Amino acid sequence: MYNFDFVRPSTLAEAVIALAGDEAQPLAGGQTLLPSMKQRLNMPGTLVSLTGIADLKGVSGEAGASVTIGAATTHAQVAAEAGAFYPALADLAARIGDPAVRNRGTIGGSLANNDPSACYPAAVLASGATITTNKREIAADDFFDGMFATVLEEGEIITSVTFPIPQAAAYAKFLQPASRFALTGAFVARFEGGVRVAITGASEGGVFRWSDAESVLSNSFSGDALAGKLPAAEGMISDLHGSAAYRAHLCGVMTRRAVAAAG
Amino acid sequence: MSKVTITVNGREMSGEAEGRTLLVSFLREALGLTGTHVGCDTSQCGACVVHVDGKAVKSCTMLAMEAEGAEVTTVEGMADADGSLGVIQQAFQDHHGLQCGFCTPGMVMSTAALLKDNPTPSEAEIRAYLDGNICRCTGYHNIVRAVMAASGQDVSGLGVVAAE
Ligand SMILES: Cc1cc2nc3c(=O)[nH]c(=O)nc-3n(C[C@H](O)[C@H](O)[C@H](O)COP(=O)(O)OP(=O)(O)OC[C@H]3O[C@@H](n4cnc5c(N)ncnc54)[C@H](O)[C@@H]3O)c2cc1C
Ligand code: FES
Ligand code: FES
Repeated sequence: MYNFDFVRPSTLAEAVIALAGDEAQPLAGGQTLLPSMKQRLNMPGTLVSLTGIADLKGVSGEAGASVTIGAATTHAQVAAEAGAFYPALADLAARIGDPAVRNRGTIGGSLANNDPSACYPAAVLASGATITTNKREIAADDFFDGMFATVLEEGEIITSVTFPIPQAAAYAKFLQPASRFALTGAFVARFEGGVRVAITGASEGGVFRWSDAESVLSNSFSGDALAGKLPAAEGMISDLHGSAAYRAHLCGVMTRRAVAAAG
Repeated sequence: MSKVTITVNGREMSGEAEGRTLLVSFLREALGLTGTHVGCDTSQCGACVVHVDGKAVKSCTMLAMEAEGAEVTTVEGMADADGSLGVIQQAFQDHHGLQCGFCTPGMVMSTAALLKDNPTPSEAEIRAYLDGNICRCTGYHNIVRAVMAASGQDVSGLGVVAAE
């Protein structure tokens, strides 16, 4: 790694000031940022750690209504504490990476990074969650901006994420066992007003809503209703782990599994 | 360079670190605790697992400065007070849970974290928990046996592959 300055403020206000500096970047769990810095893909001048800011951590909510997760809350803490409000979200967090990754990695880091195979973006998009930053509130539908890209501005910090609680939901992950990310994953959430389906790991555009499946499932919430339905293979990721057509096929399989699991 | 102070295996220790100094380099090079290994340096293998404030983390993917003021436990802290092997270490020896031993510090630390949360894990729970710890030698069966034994469970029916 190239060397850099390191600061660990204890309040959000101090972090915002530190991030206004040249080449400054937030550090959360470091599970993505540190490996990319080792590879010299990333070389911030100053790392501003968010792990010392108590206000950015924690899970709170109102049963049946919503749950809010602080941006610097680890996957392990979400797995342990979000289940009382939103079991499908806790279950997703419990299956990210491995235990040591879950003890450091955070929801804010995952969303800011928007890896095309990451798990949280699917939950956020399918739930229609709201991302709160130090500047504004951003609807999930407006937040993701293609592979590894979001609408976050330079120096903008995610502070929390609020999920409305669906009537039923589940995440089905087809594990890529070497990376432990999703080869393809589907998050399905059924609300009173309709069903939302978000797919991760498949598209070259990153996480996306599969609107055809949403209309079918909003009429009839069953895997059978989706039989034979697939998104177009065009624009799907094609790599040594699977072709575009294979990933399109997995979108169908994983969505049906998620519907079955949501019940 | 700045001074970093952490409590390692119950003893307060200090050393110099740069912003980029990884926790594992700090433990090995500044504090001389070479029990923690670096296998991959890319957060994949788990050889570098230590506990920070009671939680298993990959010390190759955490900055030393992030551990300022923390309680860290390394494999050197797993032996009994008289220096003899602790229960988990002894179980790895008894059940041949290691061959070259490179992965062992991380395996022992992950096992300790598992047993703290779940004192009598099933075989499936052990395998799931050790997902982030890679071993090139043993084929894992004897590691699973060692973890079972360390948790005081019967290992007689475990990992016996039925003959064709
Ligand atoms: C072995 C392994 C397996 C993994 N498996 C999975 C998996 O199955 N599923 C999955 O989804 N992920 C997986 N991950 C990724 C993991 O979840 C990471 O923790 C996550 O992607 C990044 O979170 P972090 O807190 O570590 O962020 P960091 O690495 O610290 O930061 C990532 C990026 O986000 C920015 N950032 C961090 N916090 C904020 C914030 N609050 N506001 C604005 N910007 C911010 C940083 O500047 C950086 O650009 C895995 C990682 C590893 C190493
Ligand atoms: S050396 Fe840290 S995970 Fe391999
Ligand atoms: S004993 Fe050699 S890597 Fe596990």
